[in-house]
Amino acid sequence: MADNPAFTPVNLLTGFLGSGKTTLLKRLLTDPALAETAVLINEFGEVGLDHYLLERIDEMMVLLQSGCLCCTVRGELADALRDLHSRRERGLIPNFKRVVIESTGLADPFPVLSTLKADPVLRHHFRPGNVITTVDAVNGMRQFDTYIESNRQAAIADRLVLTKTDIADEAGLTRLLERLRRINPDAALLSTADEALDIAGLFDESQATRGSLAQSPSGFYCETPAMLETADGGTHQAAVTSFVMSVEGAIDWTAFGVWLTMLLNRHGERVLRVKGILNLEGEARPVAIHGVQHLVHPPTHMEAWPSDDRRSHIVFIVDGLDASLLKRSFEAFALAAPVPSIAGGTQAVRQDVQTS
Amino acid sequence: MCSLCGVLGGNEHWADAVARPGVFTRNVERIDRRRERANRVRVANRVLAGFGVTLSDWQGASFVLSTHTGKSEIIEDLGHLWPAAERLSGRSCDPLTIDIIERMEAVRDGG
Repeated sequence: MADNPAFTPVNLLTGFLGSGKTTLLKRLLTDPALAETAVLINEFGEVGLDHYLLERIDEMMVLLQSGCLCCTVRGELADALRDLHSRRERGLIPNFKRVVIESTGLADPFPVLSTLKADPVLRHHFRPGNVITTVDAVNGMRQFDTYIESNRQAAIADRLVLTKTDIADEAGLTRLLERLRRINPDAALLSTADEALDIAGLFDESQATRGSLAQSPSGFYCETPAMLETADGGTHQAAVTSFVMSVEGAIDWTAFGVWLTMLLNRHGERVLRVKGILNLEGEARPVAIHGVQHLVHPPTHMEAWPSDDRRSHIVFIVDGLDASLLKRSFEAFALAAPVPSIAGGTQAVRQDVQTS
Repeated sequence: MCSLCGVLGGNEHWADAVARPGVFTRNVERIDRRRERANRVRVANRVLAGFGVTLSDWQGASFVLSTHTGKSEIIEDLGHLWPAAERLSGRSCDPLTIDIIERMEAVRDGG
């Protein structure tokens, strides 16, 4: 299919139990903007009921029934995607240009993304698209207080979609919005109550930090780090926080790679998201990085600096890691040293090797 | 091979996308590639020294991680470096421990 993109984006639709994923999906599927979409549904339970609510494109719908996406279904998901790909190539099913996976309300979304990357066939044909998370405006707050999965789903979203806002009270909604902004400051926030909900925009990746258009006018979605650092007075699971590190000096890409891989090896589970624009030593243009837990997307060069601000900004959404320690560690590891000191640095290492 | 899932063929690790000419693809020019590998070994050793482990380039294709007593392991890329370093050194390589941070600060400032 010559007109297909080289890599078909796989979007993940997630959200806590009962938060309106299927309702949203049904609405999406009736929208002309979403023609040519294949849908995979993952159901927790013996019979996948959601399957029957969605009737269009049934031949392209594959139901994954062996439980929660995050633990058991990786292989099945890979098989389902391979099957879709194979049938599309052979012309057995109508062409599709994107895939939407509806996950169960309990799934940790990360394994879906890693399946795409790890599978030797899939990674040549598919790539991760947006993560869209539905948030229940009525029960959302309580879910954030109670269930860590709910926090994680919100934290890794590229798009947050509020549902049931029509039956939520004003004050509760305001609190929920504040909470969401603390958990995930840079995801675009939408509401299903909005008649003009930008359906195509949900899957449009041009607004993600990965691309060159990825920025707010001043270069970054997260512009008010001050309010982000305070963890809400909730209990244990409210440990999900986000913060922005703004760094003055240029970053040494290699040292940054060593540092981030080291961090993710130890704390990948707790680094829900890392996203940022970097000022790299020896580079005129900024570089965008984007990672979800252990998975880091290939970095992309942005076309230009969005403003005169040449500092690097990295947003972290973490589960219980100390922000100040993280920043100190980053600065110790990853900042580019002035050129003359590099030789000295190496020498210091040699001495250490001899004495240790 | 991917160390996590055992899939052959391996990943292009994100850190291999080097910020140099031919950026964010594997470098095409041999000399650039070798220079970057040497640089990577140097930078990684700055950290690994604290764990009594050293990294060296192996034939421009892989890396060898070894301890002072000669225990060694071949790794493909940075994604495999830290699990291997932890195995060989028997220690947890955590960039958020204060000892490691202080050591790296000393390396940075003392240079």
